[in-house]
Amino acid sequence: MADDGGMAAVIGKDGLEALITVLAGRGRTVVGPTVRDGAIVLSEISSGAELPYGWGVELEAGIYRLRAREDGAVFAHSAGPQSWKTFLHPPRERQWTADRGADGELMVTEDRTSPPSYAFLGVRPCDLRAIAIQDRVLTGGMYSDPAYRGRRERAFLVAAECTEPGATCFCVSMGTGPAVGPGYDLALTEVLDSDGHRFLVRIGSEEGESVLAELPRRPADAATRTAASERVADAADRMGRSMPLVDLRVLMRETLTAERWDDVAARCLTCGNCTMVCPTCFCTTTEDVTDLTGDHAERWRRWESCFDLDFSHLQAGPVRNSSRSRYRQWATHKLGTWYDQFDSSGCVGCGRCIVWCPVGIDITEEAHALNLEREAPQQEPGQGPS
Amino acid sequence: MTVVRHGFLGALSPGHRKRLATFGHDVSFPGGTRIFDEDGVADRFWIIRSGLVALDVHVPGRREAVLETLGEGDLLGWSWLFEPYRWHLGAQARSTVSAFEFDAERVRAACEEDPSFGLALTNCVAQVIARRLKSTRIRLLDLYGPSDAGES
Amino acid sequence: MTAAAPLTARPGAAPVPYRVAEREAETPDTATIVLEPVRSALQPFAPGQFAMVYAFGVGDIPLSVSGIDGRRLTHTVRTVGAVSGALNGLRRGDTVGVRGPFGTDWELPAAAGKDLLVVAGGIGLAPLRPLVRDALAAPERYGRLNVLIGARTPHELLYTGDVRGWQSAARILTTVDRADPPWQGEVGVVTTLLDRAAFSPGASAAFICGPEPMIRAAAGELVHRGVDPEQIRVSLERNVHCATGHCGHCQLGPLLLCRDGPVISWTKAQPLLMVREL
Repeated sequence: MADDGGMAAVIGKDGLEALITVLAGRGRTVVGPTVRDGAIVLSEISSGAELPYGWGVELEAGIYRLRAREDGAVFAHSAGPQSWKTFLHPPRERQWTADRGADGELMVTEDRTSPPSYAFLGVRPCDLRAIAIQDRVLTGGMYSDPAYRGRRERAFLVAAECTEPGATCFCVSMGTGPAVGPGYDLALTEVLDSDGHRFLVRIGSEEGESVLAELPRRPADAATRTAASERVADAADRMGRSMPLVDLRVLMRETLTAERWDDVAARCLTCGNCTMVCPTCFCTTTEDVTDLTGDHAERWRRWESCFDLDFSHLQAGPVRNSSRSRYRQWATHKLGTWYDQFDSSGCVGCGRCIVWCPVGIDITEEAHALNLEREAPQQEPGQGPS
Repeated sequence: MTVVRHGFLGALSPGHRKRLATFGHDVSFPGGTRIFDEDGVADRFWIIRSGLVALDVHVPGRREAVLETLGEGDLLGWSWLFEPYRWHLGAQARSTVSAFEFDAERVRAACEEDPSFGLALTNCVAQVIARRLKSTRIRLLDLYGPSDAGES
Repeated sequence: MTAAAPLTARPGAAPVPYRVAEREAETPDTATIVLEPVRSALQPFAPGQFAMVYAFGVGDIPLSVSGIDGRRLTHTVRTVGAVSGALNGLRRGDTVGVRGPFGTDWELPAAAGKDLLVVAGGIGLAPLRPLVRDALAAPERYGRLNVLIGARTPHELLYTGDVRGWQSAARILTTVDRADPPWQGEVGVVTTLLDRAAFSPGASAAFICGPEPMIRAAAGELVHRGVDPEQIRVSLERNVHCATGHCGHCQLGPLLLCRDGPVISWTKAQPLLMVREL
């Protein structure tokens, strides 16, 4: 838990309710977790009553189940099927339109609709890091994506530290949680004990400070601070999964021809679910459409997955034809070559790809297996058991 | 005799090169000369010093189809080294060609007589054949040709 | 990480209108189009870099510049799909949208003092043409210039007028995979032309573009002859969509080819091209 410089406060459930009202009052679209269709999804919310009080989740490879909690906790659930990229980097968006004038001249108009001003409530530390990673990809290079940047710059982030990791979580291995890192406007830590249901609130920005000032609150007391940090520290010890304790970037580079890829390819359906639920996967493709007159055209961008056969399409056909090569592309990009391209890991350890894989492929299990194969002594031909 | 760095003789030792040279003499072919024809007796071979030679195959109803061209430093002809010592392609000078011409029968006899010379020379010829096979395989890919698939 | 300052014109975002000033058919399926800006021009392109050229309502594709002349951009496009077909069918006066310049260039000035080997297969001559023109414009800066050109048939040779003009100042060697009777030149794969090129392997720089197996064969042959792999630059092709490093399509292992390529050294390319389906 980061040093709060004595600015921390404690709010109750009424404070959380007020937070939603204050943010909405500032013209923000408040998005937070809510229960829908048997899952905790991210949706626009207008009151605290929509938050998942008393709901937890049971996670395993290929399994996601809601589970009622007796303690009434609101943030004691781990990652759901969506991530914040759905809002910051939407699945489908128009980039520009083009019109052909009477003289045949082309006029291109960039989409300049004013981006929504979001407030995200309950951003997990792993997901906060995922947002920072997408920032790097979409705005940190030579070219900055204007639409993403517009939404991102206006977004207000309320982080919620993780106190209840799932069985598929491995943020400790990836160094992203369960304590919150930088990048939030406000950070909450939920505490439930004999002193009541409350939230330690820390400030990460000037706007965060001014929002907090409008909430019913009291100064943070030592007991709440201690309880909060203990709960987060305790969560770190209850990670359901872990990565091998090696440099994953090197592991990926050195195992490109490992036999393990054949093993995982035999299970992988190349459905691309892992890429859709991954909070950092950013790949997109474009669609060009024209209206009936033929004089108005639009350029749309939509999510695409590296598991699609067309993804690596060249004139003669796809570069990555086999499912082996497509799973390997995804995993080695996420854990390895992302460093080369964007100076960090592309994996935050949220475990979504494990949960939402229809056949339960587990990226941590695959990394362990690759590491074992790499470490295994090379078998010399002709040497039987002696 | 000129030593061609990457040509046919590159891999021969100076001694073997000298020995081979004793079986050769200078020749020149005006452009258009048929140097040999398919199924002719392969009793000679050449190392090209300048000019271009086309290797061709006869296709009824068509003019000679050129399969490959050879130029400076290249070995022209290897059928002389293997039974039945008959050319499997034809060769025609595309321009004025100057070359060293070797008497195949004498070279073969020298190979028999001196196995180390024979091995070195066979090795050289094998390398030429391997290179031409490699090139032919790349051309078989028809890399620059149109493809069924296109960008979408 | 490429850490260049953001360009003010944001050339990545939306296409800038260019008008077709000239169109010349090169072969039955390939044409060269000269584009001039309708209003403002994009930043200058360097040989080896590419533009995203948009055909109205159909889409855009990456095209290297095959000629750079002040504000004018030249591209050579071969029909392989809907967008290239639409671009190939453009006529004088038509407008297209252009984004760019994108990617790395040949870095010819770094080869000062060296013998130059330009090896082109098929339409791979397109991105190399402005490099040859630059080299010819500054003969005192470089050693001997060799241009090795391979094509499928004599009819599919590009820029035949230009190439004839180069002959007085450079060693131009041309070969075709399949000859038809009037063809009096060489027949064979482009790498065999190296036998006839004039260069000192230890003091040479090579620039290669063509289909990947041809690049591998040519670069491999050059290394075998003693050319430093770091002095061999190759232009690679992957599925470039956005060209701004945001869409993920053009990955080749650690590289985003729209940003880190298309032109990279053989030292970098060789280990990546050896991994199947990378």
